[in-house]
Amino acid sequence: MAAEDDGDGTDALRIATDARDRVHFEEEALALADQVYRVARHLANSREEAEDLVQETYARAFRSWRSFQPGTNLRAWLLRILTNLNIDRGRRNQRAPQMQALEANDYFLYDKLADSGDGTTDEDRVVERLSQDDVVSALSAVPHDFRDVLVLVDLGDFSYQDAAQILDIPIGTVMSRLHRGRRILKRELAESVAEGDS
Amino acid sequence: MTDIYDEGCAHCEEMMQPYLDHVLSDAEVREAERHLQECDKCRRRYRFEESLRRYVRLAVDEQMSPALKEKLSALRIPLD
Repeated sequence: MAAEDDGDGTDALRIATDARDRVHFEEEALALADQVYRVARHLANSREEAEDLVQETYARAFRSWRSFQPGTNLRAWLLRILTNLNIDRGRRNQRAPQMQALEANDYFLYDKLADSGDGTTDEDRVVERLSQDDVVSALSAVPHDFRDVLVLVDLGDFSYQDAAQILDIPIGTVMSRLHRGRRILKRELAESVAEGDS
Repeated sequence: MTDIYDEGCAHCEEMMQPYLDHVLSDAEVREAERHLQECDKCRRRYRFEESLRRYVRLAVDEQMSPALKEKLSALRIPLD
């Protein structure tokens, strides 16, 4: 038998508590908006697309706030909504391009930068040979499956585990895509150095 | 100090990404650091990788526009 309601007082209290929880949720979610946008900007293909995605994400989050479990990672929950929306938009219809063989080791970009230019091999200065535009376009050239993981872990500071949950893929896949994504990024950067030199 | 790429360097290279991601065990961290202390070449490359990661983050960082922030606030569900 259902518990008896002891009158209007209980109902009013429940409604007030509910409203307070919702306001609290909305405030917490909005406080994370900058961080969500930073990640979204590079999951999406353009600034406009990122802005649309973030708005849609927040509209959905505010509607379904009850499905968020307090005490769990709200930023990861928001990013999960965002990546699902991104997939729903049909972005995944794009096939990842055929991969070229990747360079044999992880150090070729450093070797290339150290070999080119004015002869400085200072590790902190050698990166400055890459322009900001080079880096932005190299990142956008990384195919989506790899870029998603790269952006979540390297720009969003999500753990492998969080990235696996956000993208709904096994943690082993996160690790292999991350490894590959970083190499593709470096290959793209190395190509921009080669173009700059010619 | 060695300057020849050998098996130790190959193993050190394998550990570089997980080392920088802080996912190695304590024993593996010690092993990587032991090699880095001895090998100038690997040490430079680890430092480069660290600088590169920092540099990429800064280069691609883009702040949200104030207009978007306002739009998000406007999406809040009004209290009855």
